[in-house]
Amino acid sequence: MKKNRIIILREGINSTFQDLGRNNFYHIGLPFSGVMDKRNYLIANKLVGNKHNEAAIEFAYQGPLIKIEEGNINFAISGDIKFNIKKNGKLINGDCYKNYNLSKNDEVDIISTNNSIYGYFAVSGGFELKKNFGSFSTHVRSNVGANNGNKIQKDEKFLLKDFKDSYSNKSLKYMNSKIEYIRILKGTNFDYFSEQSIKEFYSKEFLVTKLSDRMGMRLEGPKIKNLKETNIRSEGLIKGVIQVPADGNPIIMLSDHGTIGGYPKIGVVISADYDRLVQTPPSKKIKFKLIELKEAEKLYKLYQMETENLLSQI
Amino acid sequence: MIKNISNLGDAALYCDFGNEVNQKTNIKVIKYFENIKNLKIKGINNITPSYNKLIISFDLNVINFTELKKKIEDINISEKDIKKDHKIIKIPTCCDDEFALDIERLSSKLKLTKKEILEKYLNKEYFCYMTGFIAGMPFLGDIDKKIRQERLETPRVKVPKGAVGITEQFTNIYTFESPGGWNILGSTPIKIFDQKNEKQPILINPGDTVLFYEINKKEYIKLNEKE
Repeated sequence: MKKNRIIILREGINSTFQDLGRNNFYHIGLPFSGVMDKRNYLIANKLVGNKHNEAAIEFAYQGPLIKIEEGNINFAISGDIKFNIKKNGKLINGDCYKNYNLSKNDEVDIISTNNSIYGYFAVSGGFELKKNFGSFSTHVRSNVGANNGNKIQKDEKFLLKDFKDSYSNKSLKYMNSKIEYIRILKGTNFDYFSEQSIKEFYSKEFLVTKLSDRMGMRLEGPKIKNLKETNIRSEGLIKGVIQVPADGNPIIMLSDHGTIGGYPKIGVVISADYDRLVQTPPSKKIKFKLIELKEAEKLYKLYQMETENLLSQI
Repeated sequence: MIKNISNLGDAALYCDFGNEVNQKTNIKVIKYFENIKNLKIKGINNITPSYNKLIISFDLNVINFTELKKKIEDINISEKDIKKDHKIIKIPTCCDDEFALDIERLSSKLKLTKKEILEKYLNKEYFCYMTGFIAGMPFLGDIDKKIRQERLETPRVKVPKGAVGITEQFTNIYTFESPGGWNILGSTPIKIFDQKNEKQPILINPGDTVLFYEINKKEYIKLNEKE
């Protein structure tokens, strides 16, 4: 039997295989990696009937142009994405949060993300890939993960695992929600900064700059003034930490962040707001709001319940 | 021995061992790190030891800050358990001019000849405080007081893979090409991080002792081919 196979005709911008990330390697310098927007990833996989942690293609701004070279595929795309499908030579507009099946020579052209950054392309059965350090997630900087730790390239071919042909049509009514504030908890060096700067940090808007990627989100706004030390002894970092280097512009650590760093931490984004934070594109503005730990824990439970609820509707 | 445990966000513990950076404090951090790792506490995602801090991140679906803090506080490690019991790793390093990118600058800043700098640097035992930033990068120390220097004012956009550098009391190895501001003294052809070897991907672990010894260009090329 011939294996289902796709070929990449255009790679898109930063297209990589990702899953829920890898644990227990921070101490050797390997970040968590994994999908940037966990909720959208989970939804895409559920729409094609996969287990939670099957690798999907994550793309940023523009996705790949994919051709089915052999056999059939059943796929779904999640996010706020504009894409076209070429089926039997006919061009149709694609809808997110819905599964499609395509046959040999059909194409999917993921044109762009609307007002967001990341989207996900999942296929029934998943891709035929090798795990590395317990995960499919690609970390390009250390060449770790599926596809030998590399971005997906033009002309590369990927085999799909077998899947039951008897899939049903699935869809989800879902709007990617925007959030008014990014809620944060106090960072461990909160007292390094001037009172005025802290006030501004919570009342003023910050611009997301173009220098943002899977490693971090760089912001510009009122300069955060450090009164104590602009460097600390290097120490462990986690996703969501907001560091402020000497230039006073905050940087938020994202999935591929360096595992240790030496800039003072003014705050940490709460887990419940992470998926929405990462989808904020450059030139948009964000605002922070300080909350307490107990509230953050409650908000996370709520966010989890919402996600579970969405998944159960598929 | 942990002076204070606070929260770093809603899904991590920040264990503070004090403000000092020395081997005595760091060995305590490493001991805790190894101990917590062996306990396999449900819900822990990552444990990151550094000079004087230990960050433990966890899955909020499984455990929360208060519960995990209690578990960490209950760990009993006595002072006598804390000793050095790690291996010595010897790193061949070529310090020819083409690899020693900053030696001339160091030479004029420190008012020492190239030979004097290398004499003070090579064949000394350095302690590995931590590993990270980029995969497998070891942070080693302490180097001779006479060759200590601040990092470059403008960091390099690309430091080549294998570069051996110094800054302040520390020395490190760039395990991958990366941006960086350390003063580069040479290069090693040895692979420090091996992504194909999942059981033992890194050559140097926190607590290990590392020594750099000089090789010539010919030996460098030969070893480089082998790796």
